[in-house]
Amino acid sequence: MLEVKNLSVNYGSIEAVRDISFQVPEGKIVALIGANGAGKTTTLSSISGLLRAARGTVIFQGKEITRWPTDQIVRAGLAQVAEGRAILSPLTVAENLELGAFIRHDRAAIRQDLEKIYTEFPRLAERRSQLAGSLSGGEQQMLAIGRALMAQPKMLLMDEPSMGLAPIIINQVFEIIKRINLGGTTVLLVEQNANKALKISDYAYVMEHGEITFHGPGEVVRNSAHVVEAFLGKG
Amino acid sequence: MVDASLLTNPVYFLQNLVDGLARGAVYAVFALGFTLIFGVLDIVNLAHAATYMWCAFAGWVVMAVLNMPLVVGLLAAMLFGGLIAVILEFIAFRPLRQEGAERLAPMISSIGVSIIMVSLAEAQFSSQTKKFPSEVLDPKPLYLGGTDGVRVSWAQLLIVVVSIVLMVALGYLIRRTRTGKAIRAVAYSQRAARLLGINVNRVVVVTFFIGGVLAGAAGILVGLLTNNINPNIGADIELRGLAVVILGGLGNIEGAVVGGLCLGLVETFSIAYFDRGSDYKDAIAFLILFLILLIRPNGLFGRQEANRA
Repeated sequence: MLEVKNLSVNYGSIEAVRDISFQVPEGKIVALIGANGAGKTTTLSSISGLLRAARGTVIFQGKEITRWPTDQIVRAGLAQVAEGRAILSPLTVAENLELGAFIRHDRAAIRQDLEKIYTEFPRLAERRSQLAGSLSGGEQQMLAIGRALMAQPKMLLMDEPSMGLAPIIINQVFEIIKRINLGGTTVLLVEQNANKALKISDYAYVMEHGEITFHGPGEVVRNSAHVVEAFLGKG
Repeated sequence: MVDASLLTNPVYFLQNLVDGLARGAVYAVFALGFTLIFGVLDIVNLAHAATYMWCAFAGWVVMAVLNMPLVVGLLAAMLFGGLIAVILEFIAFRPLRQEGAERLAPMISSIGVSIIMVSLAEAQFSSQTKKFPSEVLDPKPLYLGGTDGVRVSWAQLLIVVVSIVLMVALGYLIRRTRTGKAIRAVAYSQRAARLLGINVNRVVVVTFFIGGVLAGAAGILVGLLTNNINPNIGADIELRGLAVVILGGLGNIEGAVVGGLCLGLVETFSIAYFDRGSDYKDAIAFLILFLILLIRPNGLFGRQEANRA
């Protein structure tokens, strides 16, 4: 569904991503794991059109989207849950969700989806008229995910969904990602929390210093000596 | 202080209240356009006052030269303002944004455009004052409570009505509509807005259009109120508009309304209750502004980012 070929991206004067290639097949969860600064977020930003690729191509559903503007990429069905959640703090929860459906015009279906999100995340329903900035970290992450789903994306890019969250909330977030995927949405999951990410991923790529150094099915990567040493610790 | 008998005269007080609110309402409308553009783009658009001036002339041309009715003149001035602002976005702001110019660059560019616009107006209309014919607005005022009561000119009445309509419409647009939500998303974070599929450049154009419409409305309303249109009227309101925006809290819509009304009232009451008040009205108004900012450095409604556009 998504194919990245020989992508290089500069971030300022540094080449943050060097000649990486990977694929995300339809219906799967693919993880991109690596330490802070490995180039994971830069890769996502480049796929979303927020950063220009220096070289290489990004193909989504057979179309080359490498130089498309971000809003067009989102409209094509590739939504991103950005790092730090990127919710709109001065807007209410309901307004955030409504803006998630900005690219859609089917009002009745949007209403239905909004109700679905509220059923899925009862906390958001309770707080629908509160400012998004007043939510807790976990609630904000739920809002960010719910908002991305409002766009009815074919594929979801998730940037560090577990960042800054309490362990119990992290488990919930990963369960939700699994559920979203079972509902038919393809997921590219970028995580530092490699252990949790690999558990729910069909396939995984390991990034180090802007390059992909290892890849394989989630379980294989989780058990590889190299990865265990680098990211997972002895436990 | 002025004559003591005036201080206790309720009609005199009410008269100044009416005059002050009408004056403040135009400041508010002008400042709304200013603050909206600042809230969305962090740009101080110093061509806002030149836009205002050109719209006063546009309204004058439509009503005094083409002899069109008042409503047409108002709408024409507002549309003209929107158009100018959109053109400014394309020639003075967008190119700088795309080159990633530094923060002050757009302001400098807007000063340049403003100077050009004033020169063009001088070339086109000469610096002589233009006046509206009396058919446009009946120069005879209305009296509330008999001829000894409070005098309200038709221009003042028009200002209050149009200002309220514009403020309510703007509030509705920003709070309730899809476009308004997109504007607020862009104001908060262009990056986050893009990831929602919002075309940021399109939202910016819409914002400039709305800002220009508000400048246009203020221009034609002040033109009708003072019946004095010349290429330099922008200079009078520019600093006041900026002061109102800062007083209300940069980028804050409610703040611009309250700040505008406050400034209008303070100016009018300074003239009314202080000896030689008209000489000192600006000094008094800005002294009060300064004192308020000492107490509330982010303006009356400034809550950091919380309530922006």
